[in-house]
Amino acid sequence: MSAPRTVAISDHALEHLKYIRETMERSGSFTAVPGWGGVAMGVSALLAAGIAFQQSDTRAALVGWMWSALVAVVCGGIGIYRKTQSGDQSLYTAPGRQFFLSFCPPIVAGGLVTWALFQSGSYAPMAGLWLMLYGAGIVTAGAFSVRVVPIMGVCFMAIGALSFVFSPAWFNWFLAGGFGGLHIVFGLIIARRYGG
Amino acid sequence: MAKSNAATKLTPLSPAAGKVAMKESQEIDRLIHEKVRLGIVSALAASGPLTFSALKTLLETSDGNVSVHTRKLEEAGYIKTDKGFEGRVPKTVYTITKAGRAALEKYLDHLEAIVGAMRPK
Repeated sequence: MSAPRTVAISDHALEHLKYIRETMERSGSFTAVPGWGGVAMGVSALLAAGIAFQQSDTRAALVGWMWSALVAVVCGGIGIYRKTQSGDQSLYTAPGRQFFLSFCPPIVAGGLVTWALFQSGSYAPMAGLWLMLYGAGIVTAGAFSVRVVPIMGVCFMAIGALSFVFSPAWFNWFLAGGFGGLHIVFGLIIARRYGG
Repeated sequence: MAKSNAATKLTPLSPAAGKVAMKESQEIDRLIHEKVRLGIVSALAASGPLTFSALKTLLETSDGNVSVHTRKLEEAGYIKTDKGFEGRVPKTVYTITKAGRAALEKYLDHLEAIVGAMRPK
């Protein structure tokens, strides 16, 4: 009888050691990921989708999406600012800097490729490219944040990859689903589980 | 059920190893043995001072849980609480004390001793 009881104690000890290690690793995370800011980004994307659907010209619709990206940046920035004010780690801390610096390279790459594709008039891959690179930025930055963030990035990448399979004519739907739907869904999860 | 079945399949301990494991487990600091309190002490030991909100986010727990457990740790002298304002927003920052760090190290030693006693020789 005594042997199995001692085995259970050891399992318990290992479990606690694992928990301590995971908590210590997580404590270096950027915690000010904006939940409600994400929801606002999603809503602005859905409004942009409403405008983009009315455009007959692909170029005009994509320009509309780019304006919506600027609005989303403002929403995200306000969300992060509000969350840091409530005590979460700001972008000026080491985890915050790592989060920001990991997020930037795919976004800068996306901007440059967008410029090149616009110059050549190649609009078809634009939606998938934006979703994939934005998702890649979230995945890499998410390595320095709470667990749900990289998962959100993977979902963006998956929708981006899927958009390449479908006809380019569907691009507004994919952008609305990704930048609108995913931001709202994950924003609500973050707001609920990680406080705002 | 599956867990207890798996446990019974393991090689039984020698009486000496069993005694060591039992002794270590009895000497464990019950105050930081509780999961949320252990998480608070571990996070503060690893990252330095953390706010109430950051602790809540990291441990994925409620306001009430953080309040209750930080108060217990503070009463034991394991953490220090600084309450202030940032602008008009109240801000509570927790820092681990020397006693808290020592308690965590001792707790880790106990866990390692238990695991070590279980290791086949």
